[in-house]
This record gives sequence, C-alpha cells and structure tokens, in this order.
Amino acid sequence: MGENDSSDFETWISNFCSLYGHDYYVEVGQDFIEDDFNLTGLSSIVPYYKEALDFILDLEPEHEIKIKDQALVQQSAEVLYGLIHARYIITKPGAQLMNEKYSKGQFGCCPRYACNGSKLLPIGINDTPGVETVRLFCPDCFDLYLPTSSRYLNIDGAFFGSTFPGFFIKMYGLDNPNLRPSDDLKIFGFKIHEGSNVGSRMKWLRATPSTDEELREFDEVD
Amino acid sequence: MAPEHHQFAQPQQDVDGDGDEYISDSGSDFNEQWIDWFLGIKGNEYFCDVDVDYILDKFNLTGLNTEVEKMSKVIDMITDGLDEEYEIGDKERDHLEANANKLYGLIHQRYIITTKGLNKMHLKYKNADFGYCYRVYCELQHLLPIGLSDHVGVSTVKLYCPKCEDIYNPKSSRHAQIDGAYFGTTFPGMFLQTFAAEVMPVHPVERYIPKIFGFNIHQYAKLARWQELQRNKQIKRLTESGINVANVMNGYNINPDGSPLKPPVVSSGSRSRMRSSRSDK
Ligand SMILES: [Zn+2]
Ligand SMILES: [Zn+2]
Repeated sequence: MGENDSSDFETWISNFCSLYGHDYYVEVGQDFIEDDFNLTGLSSIVPYYKEALDFILDLEPEHEIKIKDQALVQQSAEVLYGLIHARYIITKPGAQLMNEKYSKGQFGCCPRYACNGSKLLPIGINDTPGVETVRLFCPDCFDLYLPTSSRYLNIDGAFFGSTFPGFFIKMYGLDNPNLRPSDDLKIFGFKIHEGSNVGSRMKWLRATPSTDEELREFDEVD
Repeated sequence: MAPEHHQFAQPQQDVDGDGDEYISDSGSDFNEQWIDWFLGIKGNEYFCDVDVDYILDKFNLTGLNTEVEKMSKVIDMITDGLDEEYEIGDKERDHLEANANKLYGLIHQRYIITTKGLNKMHLKYKNADFGYCYRVYCELQHLLPIGLSDHVGVSTVKLYCPKCEDIYNPKSSRHAQIDGAYFGTTFPGMFLQTFAAEVMPVHPVERYIPKIFGFNIHQYAKLARWQELQRNKQIKRLTESGINVANVMNGYNINPDGSPLKPPVVSSGSRSRMRSSRSDK
C-alpha cells in the first residue's frame, strides 16, 4: 500500500461511497479491513470472498478473474464491503466518521413535528444482507422511519446493522428518550371522546410519566 | 413592464412553467379560471377545488371581511377572473393576488368540512395526494392535512396520520410553506368521523426498542414497558365499556386475548426481493 496517493487514482472504496445513494456510507479504514480479526466469519457468507476482498483493497487478483465472473465478484465486493462497514461503524473511528455525517444532518431529520428536527441515524432492523432496506432511527421518539428520498430504496439495512444507532447514542450520550407528545385531535375545539369510533388509541406510544402516580408506576415497571 | 395578458387566438399555455399566466382555453367555463390556475401551482396539491356557488354564498364568508382586504374585488377575481380589460398595475395585482390566496384558503378551511368538501378531500386522500406516513410500522398509511391553528400566520400546514395518531412535517419544502389555517384544526377529526367505516385503520402495536448486540437499552426499554402498561389500561377500560378493540377498525392489531398479533414473518431472499416498503405502491 501507500503507492495509491497519485491524485488521479480513485480507490474502490471512495468510488463506492461516492455512488448515487451511497452517501450514508463512510469510508472504512484500510487498516481495519486488513486486520483479519475484523473479518471473522465473513468468508463463509460472501461468495468469491478472496477476490472480492482484493477488489475492495485495490489489489491485483492472484488468479485472473474470468470476464463472466467479474460482475459477480463486483457484487460480492459490495456485499462484503457493506458487512465490513456494519462492523466498522460500531468501532470508535467508524462512529467518529458517522458522527461527522450525523452532526451535519446527512441522515435526515425526524419527520415527526414534535421532534423538532431531531437528527436521524441509519439502522438495519435485520443483520442479514438482502432482507430489508435501510431505515432511520430517531433518538428522541425512538421510532423508525423510512428514508424520504427514493435514492435509498436499494440500500441494504444490514450494511448498517441493528446495533449501530444504540451504540452511537450510548457513545455520544444521546441515549435519552425525549418524547414531546403531539396534540389531541379536536373537532371545533373539542377533544374527541375515547369511546368514540374515532377516539384516540395511540397516546401510549408518545406518553411520558409526569404525574406523581405515573412516576410511581414508572418506578415499578422494572 | 412585461405585458401579462396578451390576447391570443390560440389557447395559451404557461410556457415558462411558473404558473403566472392565465390559460385562456376559450371553450371551457371561464368562471373557474382563477381557481384552476391556483390549484395548478406547484405546492398547492393539498387544496381541493371549492365550488364557485359556495364562494358566492355570503353566509359562508361570514367574518372573513376582517381578514381580507378589498373583499368584493377579491371575490370577483376568484370567481370571474379579473376582467382582462380592467387596467391595474402590477403592484395592485400582486396585492389582490395575495388577498385572493388568503380568502380562498380561509374559505377552503370551511368548505372541506362540508359534505361536498369532505367528499372531494376523500378522493384526494385515497389518491395519497397528502403523502404517506414514513413511520415504519404505519406501512405507508395515507396522511391528512391539518392546521395547528385556525388563524392565518400562526403555523404552516402539517400532516396527520390516522394510524399512529401523530403529526408530521410535509416532506416537500413547497408544502411546508402553506398556511395551516387553510386546512384548519377540525378537518382530520371530521374527516375520520365521516368516513370512519372506510378509513379508520387498525392501530399497530409493534414498536422498536434500540438494542446493542441484541440487548435492549435500559432507558428506552423501561419507558416502553410503562407505555405498554398505559395501553393495556386503555384496552381494559374500553373492553369494560363494551368496546371491542381486538383487531378491529380503530382497535389494535392484537388477538382477542390481548396478546400482540405476530408481525408478518420476513423471509430472507435475494436482494431484489428486499422489502423496501415503498415498492408496494
Ligand atoms: Zn422523532
Ligand atoms: Zn403513522
């Protein structure tokens, strides 16, 4: 390594991260990928593992890859990179890079009015690749939202993983639900009765204990 | 000064796309020109068309003369289109225009809670003209516009989700500039009451608790458990007053014994079959 500093050389990783819709990804440090320990178990998940890893690290393949296999290796390289990415962002340097994006609001803001523009974090509800696309987590209402732009419709959630937002909010001390309940629905200024066929059913979802009795109740739920 | 209203023999299109020219398609109902133009402006997709008859009925405009200047001229503008021969300067036209927008918006607030208006908004709702709820567990529930106040200038329009009963910001910045008073505080409640049998959803009880390597984060898990307790108390209260809430309209997606219905099992598959949740539209 080290000879890739010529200005017109774009690494596989920086190219991958600059593709359309890939702006949620950070560039995984080369040293992280080169440490075999960090890749434990991935060789049995990703086909063409060795070749894919060479792609990611911009290494000449040991054996020439047949033209018909090139697309498959490229696809494997993307899955492999994604899975490494999910592990990298729950390390300190990875989380720091994610924090740069988070601070700029690059993962978007909570669409919930009462959350007042609280910044979101990407999450994969499922850690297996190919199951579900990326979702967004709001640390204030601890709810999950779909990205509003269609460019993220093909981004695999597993490439961010289910642990990332939890890890991130712990690391940066954002791990406090901060629910501001929304107003009740009213008709000509009057609250709709609970027993009505359109009466409120979801208040619990945004409720926080506030009265003495509720606080006592809250202490006892453990 | 650019002449705004040339007389063309041919129907004239809004060539530059910024919606500032009247389309004079000679054959159609001349009376609806201003409203058609207004509804065609990008960002005005949430509005429905208010009947001219409704606007011309003085009773429906009660109290609005304190909100709008040059009321009768503005009404003429909305219902007739301003006479093309009528000589006014750009400044006055802009002033009238702004007042016309405001008057139309305030009439709209009243109109959409009438039977006719509700029906028009129902069509728009079915068509998802107000967008979808982006909350994952709401599964692209269609939204309804809501005003946080009935007075102009207090806050912009928001969106109400009948499934999670929460209020959201519009996704598009154009919609985020529209005054909430033009939809009002009463509309969603009235809408749901009117079309309850058809539109009231079953409420999802699934929710997410942040985890680290599969373990719940304590602060969130504790609050979630307390919230669940509140839900169970409500279920008990409703059941005791004879209201069935097990997997029915405006109930919860729970079994008759109160346990949550299992969320659909997600099978692992190829990436192309990945659940993207918006491909199902
Ligand atoms: Zn939120
Ligand atoms: Zn919702």
